Amino acid sequence: MAINWFKYSSPSTFYRVAGKMVPWFAGSAAVLFVVGLYIGFFVAPTDIQQSEAYRIMFIHVPASILSMFIYLVMASYAALGLIFNTRLSSMMASALAPTGALLAFLSLWTGALWGKPMWGAWWVWDARLTSELILLFLYLGFIALHASIDDPRRADRASALLAIIGSVNVPIIYFSVQWWNTLHQGATVKFTGTSMHVTMQQGMYTMMLAVWLYAIAVSLLRVRCIILERECKAQWISELVEIRR
Amino acid sequence: MNWGEFLAMNGYAWYIWGSYGMALLIFIIEILMVRHRRRLILQQLHLMRNAEDAVT
Amino acid sequence: MNKLSLIGLLSLVIRRDFVLAMRRRADVLTTLIFFVIVVSLFPLGVGPETDMLRKMAPGVVWVAALLASMLSLGRMFSADYLDGTLEQMMLVPQSLSVLVLAKILAHWMVSGLPLVIMAPVLGLQFDMSAQALWVLIAALFLGTPILSMIGAVGAALTLGLRGGGALVSLLVLPLCIPVLIFGAGAVEAVVSGTSVGSHLSLLGALLVMALVFTPWLTALALRISVE
Repeated sequence: MAINWFKYSSPSTFYRVAGKMVPWFAGSAAVLFVVGLYIGFFVAPTDIQQSEAYRIMFIHVPASILSMFIYLVMASYAALGLIFNTRLSSMMASALAPTGALLAFLSLWTGALWGKPMWGAWWVWDARLTSELILLFLYLGFIALHASIDDPRRADRASALLAIIGSVNVPIIYFSVQWWNTLHQGATVKFTGTSMHVTMQQGMYTMMLAVWLYAIAVSLLRVRCIILERECKAQWISELVEIRR
Repeated sequence: MNWGEFLAMNGYAWYIWGSYGMALLIFIIEILMVRHRRRLILQQLHLMRNAEDAVT
Repeated sequence: MNKLSLIGLLSLVIRRDFVLAMRRRADVLTTLIFFVIVVSLFPLGVGPETDMLRKMAPGVVWVAALLASMLSLGRMFSADYLDGTLEQMMLVPQSLSVLVLAKILAHWMVSGLPLVIMAPVLGLQFDMSAQALWVLIAALFLGTPILSMIGAVGAALTLGLRGGGALVSLLVLPLCIPVLIFGAGAVEAVVSGTSVGSHLSLLGALLVMALVFTPWLTALALRISVE
């Protein structure tokens, strides 16, 4: 069956499709959050080494992984927008950025709260922590550049280029920070040793899925706002039910 | 296991509830921000439409 | 008019930008003085213990060089953009990337090279050994062109924006972290007696990579910004 994908890349169609999809994503995210937290707090056993403190993992790991993944998705959308000049993909990129930045911040915050009881310090200059911090800076740079250009087309294209450069740079930064860290032999943080209990894994994956669905739902909501803002002069918008009322 | 014990989290209460509290706060703030943005743009579109109606 | 060769074009633009920069010597000196002041402020802030200063020196000099190179980025394209030269440059048959590369090199000669030359003097303030000073010069010599190149992309992206100066630092500084790590790492390696070569060759690899990609990316960014 051949689906005409380009039909969905027109903002007017996507606006309606996204509006229909949001409740499903949001609803399943909410259900999965409840299930994940139940597994995380009531089913998963207490860890022998970390006692109850490891339960921060159920929010920390999903936030960290999603913040990196969203950056890649954002950069891919931005690249699509830059190469094929599709308006919608640029809008998706700018809709994803705030969610990614907030998740990066959440990852740092929960990491600090986990690090204090485990390593005795709020912050260590470990490769992963430092890269996550730099990822947050890259998100902020993207948002700041996009916000400071008035012409939306130029804003999309300039920040797309920045996102692509950033995504190429992330691995380089990660490895250089890791190298720097091993040279200084400062904070040695390792999470090997104890293998995770099956229910812990289940809890973590459920939470990851929940955060993922949440991120999709909230960025679809945001992209709907962006579509309205950008296309406010278009005919189809003045025919919408929301406006007619 | 009673609730007091559960909330105490074996002495890690501040760290754990601090993490999940911040997560909740961030999600709520983000949703409120998006809803505010939507209300603003809808308001603006209403104004534009009313202005058009007044002209025609 | 006969067609210019690439090298001819390169040297022509470098010479032009160099002459223009020399007409406004105050701008060049400001960057250098900023660098000197920032480095000199550190001992006042942390105390005069020689051991600690010697340990901090490479990091301090490198961070100061990073900040100083941010200062002059705004000037790289803005004057040409305002008087219309940049649009003319985009219309010439030769590749814009080569023109951009020439502008980057000229920018480095007036803002990066003075830092390289000044750095050993500042190193003496921190009681660095002669060997460490040589490595510092080599590392800065390899590293400051990368800063100019990455900075050029940022400068092209923020061309003509209000508050461009602070914005360009926000965009460029995170991308410069590898340069900082390997540059300062090389000097620390010679102090602690480990191999300097690996740091310097990684820095060289970054330089080659930047040399290949950044002129092209900057040209792309300029087209986005000027269109």
